[in-house]
Amino acid sequence: MEQEVSTELASREVAKKARLRRERWMRRLPLLPALIFTILVTQIPFVMNLWYSLTEWKITPPTPRAFTGFDNYATLFTNTFFRSAVWITVVMTVGAVALSVLLGLGIALLLDREFFGRGLVRTLLITPFLIMPVVAGLIWKTQIFHSLYGVLNWLITAVGFQPVEFVGKMPTWSIITVLVWQWTPFMMLIILAGLQSRPTDILEAARVDGASAYTLFRHITLPGLRPYLELGALLGSIYLIQVFDHIDVITGGGPGSTNVPYFVYQRSIGGGWDFGQAAAYSTVVVAASLVIATIGLRLLGGLLPKEEI
Amino acid sequence: MAARSANKIGEKRSTSIILGVSAWLVGLIFFFPVFWMVLNGFKTELDANASPKLFFTPTLEQYRAVTAQTQGLLNFNEAMMNSIVIVGVSTLIVMILAVPAAYALSVRPVKKARDVLFFFISTKFLPIVAGILPLWIIARNFGLLNTRTVLIILYMGLNLPLAVWMLRSFFKEVPVALIEASQIDGANLRQQMVRVMLPIVAPGLAATALLVVIFAWNEYFLAVQLNPVNASTIPIWITSNVSTRGNFLAKLSAASTLATLPVVIAGWVAQKRMIRGLAMGAVK
Repeated sequence: MEQEVSTELASREVAKKARLRRERWMRRLPLLPALIFTILVTQIPFVMNLWYSLTEWKITPPTPRAFTGFDNYATLFTNTFFRSAVWITVVMTVGAVALSVLLGLGIALLLDREFFGRGLVRTLLITPFLIMPVVAGLIWKTQIFHSLYGVLNWLITAVGFQPVEFVGKMPTWSIITVLVWQWTPFMMLIILAGLQSRPTDILEAARVDGASAYTLFRHITLPGLRPYLELGALLGSIYLIQVFDHIDVITGGGPGSTNVPYFVYQRSIGGGWDFGQAAAYSTVVVAASLVIATIGLRLLGGLLPKEEI
Repeated sequence: MAARSANKIGEKRSTSIILGVSAWLVGLIFFFPVFWMVLNGFKTELDANASPKLFFTPTLEQYRAVTAQTQGLLNFNEAMMNSIVIVGVSTLIVMILAVPAAYALSVRPVKKARDVLFFFISTKFLPIVAGILPLWIIARNFGLLNTRTVLIILYMGLNLPLAVWMLRSFFKEVPVALIEASQIDGANLRQQMVRVMLPIVAPGLAATALLVVIFAWNEYFLAVQLNPVNASTIPIWITSNVSTRGNFLAKLSAASTLATLPVVIAGWVAQKRMIRGLAMGAVK
């Protein structure tokens, strides 16, 4: 009798466990197709890269593929072009992100008040973000920066200065200008969302206490905006560190405008055809990206309320 | 709300006017390059390749020229068709995969949902350019170079993490009580999805799909590396309008206007929701 009870208990226990397991898999099931697809498409190329980077593999001149260990990595950092590409990536990313966040903040503050045609102004402002990067690069290059037909140079000569070869003389900053033009609207919209979720009661109370506009901004608005500013900077950095299209159409990777992605491209299927070496550069780029991603995700982790998931 | 705060500050009328005018000025400056592009598309090459002109006799000549069918060159119709198929199919599959995934990360979360979500987002940090060589080799080995299929697959890879991320934030807004109530009423999973959740998340679904469409429509790097010959998309067609011989400024402007118009209009219509989805994905 006693034994029967215990076996029944045991079988109930087993059934319960099986049910729990089934329950867990039912929860996982909807997630799996997306997760498996993402793992396959995004991770396989990088594993292959790792393998390529350990081989000597040139297409022009054609050489048989051979395993060479870490030879490709030995000369990486002594390459001055690579070092310059790293520097240009830093300048471009930091410059474009910082400027577009600052401008976005200023414009968001201007838009966070009632005035005639506010919706229309916001619509005008977001348009650059929607423009195809290739189009943005070409339009700025041929119609704004151009030394003969460009609007900017027309303005410069109208006030009595000599026209400037923007793209030729300052390629990095020409590209940064276009990037800032496209990304300021994005930052502005995120910051605007932050401004509109401010606690009005605290603002009211501070105002009643006679706080100045500057004090309100410095001590209430700005701290409240922090997560939004961080989020904008993070999302901006993810995209801007990889800029390719603008560079390709504005300078074609000419001197002073080749960032790391463009450099890697030039080494491989963009003309260099030295697959082993290019793969080694790619691996370094991925490693650096992982470091940046870890920092970025930690930042993001601070933004996501813990109890939520 | 903004009206209230502006008035309560009690700013002077002159300050208020100055700030309003500055906002308009900034808006017009940011819009100017787009305006100029559209304007130049209606000029003759002679008018466009000259000192900037605001007044001229408009012509549709350039629109006819860029959409004309030319033997041996990438045609507008062809590029448009390729873009529509690639963007349409990839967006559709992305949404089909992302909706259940976002559900499993928000409404009935799996264990370690947070880690899974972070994995999705971390893939956006990987530089695409570092993967282009293996992708090119895989595509070549499978005979997928210059096909629509390769871009459909890769655009799915690009946009799926973003869609999961955005959709999750919209699903979070469905009150759990509502779902539980429907469960007690005996609704199965499909009924829960269609009757309870869909009406609430529909605007979010639309905004997410739109953002996915924009990113796929504007993508240039993968398209130019893997599909430079056949199955070329609109961004490649744009660059084909830049010629080393002869003037192309007005033609480029007309082509650019055609290429950007669909996305710009869609973005204008959905501006508020789109950005809310992106921003709240992290903050809320």
